Amino acid sequence: MSTPIALAFLAASVLFIIGIKLLSSPKSARTGNLVAAAGMLIALLATLPLLHAPAVNATLIVAGILLGLAVGAVGAYRVKMTAMPQMVALFNGAGGGAAALVAAIEFTAHGTGTSFIASMLFAALIGAVSFSGSIIAFAKLEGHFDKPVTYPGQQFANAGLLVLIAVLGFTLFGPAHSLVVLVIFLGLALVFGVLMVMPIGGADMPVVISLLNSFTGLAVAADGFAISNLALIVAGTLVGSSGTLLTLSMCKAMNRPVTNVLFGAFGKASAETASDVAGGAVKPIQADEAALLLGVAQHVVVVPGYGLAVAQAQHQVRQLADELVQRGVEVSFAIHPVAGRMPGHMNVLLAEASVPYEMLVEMEAINPQMSRVSVCLVIGANDVVNPAAHEDKASPIFGMPIIEAEKAATVIVLKRSMGKGFAGIENRLFLRDNCRMLFGDARASLQELVALVKAG
Amino acid sequence: MTVGVLTFFVFLLAIFLGFELIFKVPSMLHTPLMSGTNAIHGIILVGGILALAGADGMVERAVGFAAVVLGAANVFGGFMVTDRMLQMFRKKKR
Repeated sequence: MSTPIALAFLAASVLFIIGIKLLSSPKSARTGNLVAAAGMLIALLATLPLLHAPAVNATLIVAGILLGLAVGAVGAYRVKMTAMPQMVALFNGAGGGAAALVAAIEFTAHGTGTSFIASMLFAALIGAVSFSGSIIAFAKLEGHFDKPVTYPGQQFANAGLLVLIAVLGFTLFGPAHSLVVLVIFLGLALVFGVLMVMPIGGADMPVVISLLNSFTGLAVAADGFAISNLALIVAGTLVGSSGTLLTLSMCKAMNRPVTNVLFGAFGKASAETASDVAGGAVKPIQADEAALLLGVAQHVVVVPGYGLAVAQAQHQVRQLADELVQRGVEVSFAIHPVAGRMPGHMNVLLAEASVPYEMLVEMEAINPQMSRVSVCLVIGANDVVNPAAHEDKASPIFGMPIIEAEKAATVIVLKRSMGKGFAGIENRLFLRDNCRMLFGDARASLQELVALVKAG
Repeated sequence: MTVGVLTFFVFLLAIFLGFELIFKVPSMLHTPLMSGTNAIHGIILVGGILALAGADGMVERAVGFAAVVLGAANVFGGFMVTDRMLQMFRKKKR
């Protein structure tokens, strides 16, 4: 590699670093993304002089880039904001698949040298796991698998598969490495990705996607080792380590160790039902009464959850907030760190509906004020307001920080039905004396409330 | 110091840099950040292009072509979807 090209790759790496730095502050985030994209453009342009491709291959390269561009653009611009986590999972899977395929080609083309083979096999294994795991994560978020798939001895089966993959990997170090073994190796890695994600519940998919994101980063870095390209190493490693940290901070927000997310199937610990606990009954409320309560409130705190996103009701909730503010009611949105399907997902959704930034309050800031709040409006949120997290040591969510909705004078819960939350456990908040349930589709209920508040 | 050791040097420093860069990021930015870093590992497209350029025979070309398509989808889709998300953050600060 000549010096100018090497410097271009260095420039790309620096732009990636600056881009990530800018991405971590709300004001500069968009610029950060563009800076990183500029780095990518430089890296791609710097690749061109390295190519000595026959015409067939050159045509294929251009066609492949255009096809990928089309697929990526359509996916990126047509996806609904609620389906954002799925889209990230798919793009991540694409990257993982590409990393595995690049490793496979390089391995068959120039498969000599212990460190070369080691990094190729690592890239192939991790990339393939990321590919199939991401697709399962996508399917789970789309709701294709209702329950975590578990069976006795599952962890032993998975560990056994991993050992088998490792043994196959060792045979590939030999001088007579065969293509067939490599294909089997890749196939088993794909199977392992599926088996790894299948037992994990849908609520934990953000953590899985974040983990697989860092896996893909590491696979890319390993590819970089093998083809001696520093830009691949730097970019892949940055994603690998920052993705690991992001995964850990997501788990921390849920107060669960990462091992518990990956290996402990959720929702099995507490068998008790809410009716056993409080002996109370659910008290429904009609929309007109709810509108009256909201209209005369001093301070209304809205706790949005994924149900809000599913009902596509973020615009209606903004209208309701506007109406209430006009009547002199103070309105805040309390955002739990893991509200929605990914940390920060709810912020994106509310931003889409132009909810002013100043109205969004983080959990730690709202909890001390909760006892002075007139009405807490819980929309499609469940586990993040479940007092069991504080009270029930046997509950799987015990210890998770929650928004203390139960401390407000009145709690109104907008909910489709009495179904359980994503964690699959009962919510004793719904049985409290100060809690009223407004049943129905969140969007329809909110529209009704807006009209009633306006009229009243 | 051999090239291999130097490369390892860069790798180790990049690990620490990755940790430092996103230490203490507000949770509201976790999704865009995940999406943005997801686009950055799309640099595997460079690896895909190089592999396809040197590919020989039907099978290698097909595999290389698949790698380029997947890598390109990762890069372009990743940056576009991140920009779409972040565009909304800006809009609300009227």
